[in-house]
Amino acid sequence: MNIFKKTIISVLASLFIIGNVYADKIKIGTEGAYPPWNSKDASGKLIGFEVELAWTLCRYIGKQCEIVEQDWDGMIPALLMRKFDAIMAGMSITDERLKTINFSQGYADEVAQLAVMKGSDLEGMDTPSGINLSIGGSSVKKALKTIESALAGKTVCVQTATIHQNFLDSGDVGSVNVRTYKTQDEVNLDLAAGRCDVALAAAVAFTDYADKSGKPVVLVGPTFSGGAFGNGVGVGIRKGGSGAIGERDAQLLKDFNMAINKARKNGDISRIATKWFGFDASM
Amino acid sequence: MDFELMINSFPKLMNATLVTLKLLSLSLFFGLLIGLLFAVMRMSKNLILNRFAYGYSYLFRGTPLLVQIFIIYFGFGQIEFIRESFLWVILKEPYWCAIIAFALNTGAYTSEILRSAFQTIKKGYIEAGKSLGISSKIIFYKIQIPIAIRQSLPAYGNEIILMLKGTSLASTVTLMDLTGVAKYIISTTFKPIEVFIVAGSIYLFMTFLIHNFIKFLERKYNY
Repeated sequence: MNIFKKTIISVLASLFIIGNVYADKIKIGTEGAYPPWNSKDASGKLIGFEVELAWTLCRYIGKQCEIVEQDWDGMIPALLMRKFDAIMAGMSITDERLKTINFSQGYADEVAQLAVMKGSDLEGMDTPSGINLSIGGSSVKKALKTIESALAGKTVCVQTATIHQNFLDSGDVGSVNVRTYKTQDEVNLDLAAGRCDVALAAAVAFTDYADKSGKPVVLVGPTFSGGAFGNGVGVGIRKGGSGAIGERDAQLLKDFNMAINKARKNGDISRIATKWFGFDASM
Repeated sequence: MDFELMINSFPKLMNATLVTLKLLSLSLFFGLLIGLLFAVMRMSKNLILNRFAYGYSYLFRGTPLLVQIFIIYFGFGQIEFIRESFLWVILKEPYWCAIIAFALNTGAYTSEILRSAFQTIKKGYIEAGKSLGISSKIIFYKIQIPIAIRQSLPAYGNEIILMLKGTSLASTVTLMDLTGVAKYIISTTFKPIEVFIVAGSIYLFMTFLIHNFIKFLERKYNY
């Protein structure tokens, strides 16, 4: 056997070994760029509500875990390609996503809201303090009309592939000039720079940015929930297929649901949520 | 493999290709002007002009295009002074930020391509012109530039193809070019392979056209 063949075989063998070592670990994908849900500290370590919650859930499941980083726009494709086994990245449970992946029960919920820079003419928009799109009714319709006319001609910025983009694209508030960004950080930067007239994201994403940067970001209009905004944030898991791998995915879903139940009952989710959000966002 | 998705996404991707082509042609146009200017500066005997042109090409060839776009788009947007100046009218728009970054980048490479083309022109051609009493201005426009363009065609063709692929970075500053729309479709269908195969094929086809166009020009201006 020549050296060339030997090298190839040893490389293949090492891949096989690495593959096996990781087989029994739960790999959890997160974005690391959506504080306070998940982010990174100055040294590059993943931190945030979901990172801490993930470790807690893994303890209840009783398996080793590893948390890996993944860009938001490739999150679901990466899950499907088995780069990791579960998503915990502030991902809301929506009908759209349920067509492709499964979700555990929700572990936290948090409202979305529009944000502008201080001095914008959108400040003082006359709407109820919160609307639930699933409930609907005349007051919701009226609020959506108000928002539609307020957003007309404005550049509205959102992170790509989010419930916030889905809402703006849905036509509920007419046809909006939407600009999409890869990360929420970039949305915040361009909102502060004045390239965006208004932005839409989780309300805490804006308050967190305002706190950290000292920029005068102001929340306007109602808080949104229901409809395109989904039913809380859950753990995303592949739909169980056939065979041993499919069974493992199905089992993982059961494990996470069980762990979330336990964590909720013991008050872990409330405690961790209060620590990171400043209020109890658990559900 | 979801063939239906591939067929359905094709018209949307073709529309986005127009954005890519617009970005490419505008960047190449401004880049060529910049390149020509800096190539002439590089050959100048004036030390300041020469060093300035050298520094420019060193800077833009020595840093990644992505970093250049980010500095121009996100970086300049952070500076209060720029936001309050007339420059903001242009820099506010992602479209112009991308074109400025692309033009400056391709301009740096083009200046090097043209400079080396100018330097390969045989002294005899210029001397022949001079001996006929032609002014050095006319020699430059009628002899040096045409020969330099012919000389630089193969290298410049390469640069066009590199720039075509470089325009895919426009999607990082919110522009919906071919890559941007491909990513958008993926974000709603979660099927990257199908969509990127279609987008990649469109890029490949454009490269094929550019490659053959340059080859045609090379043959036409052969001497």
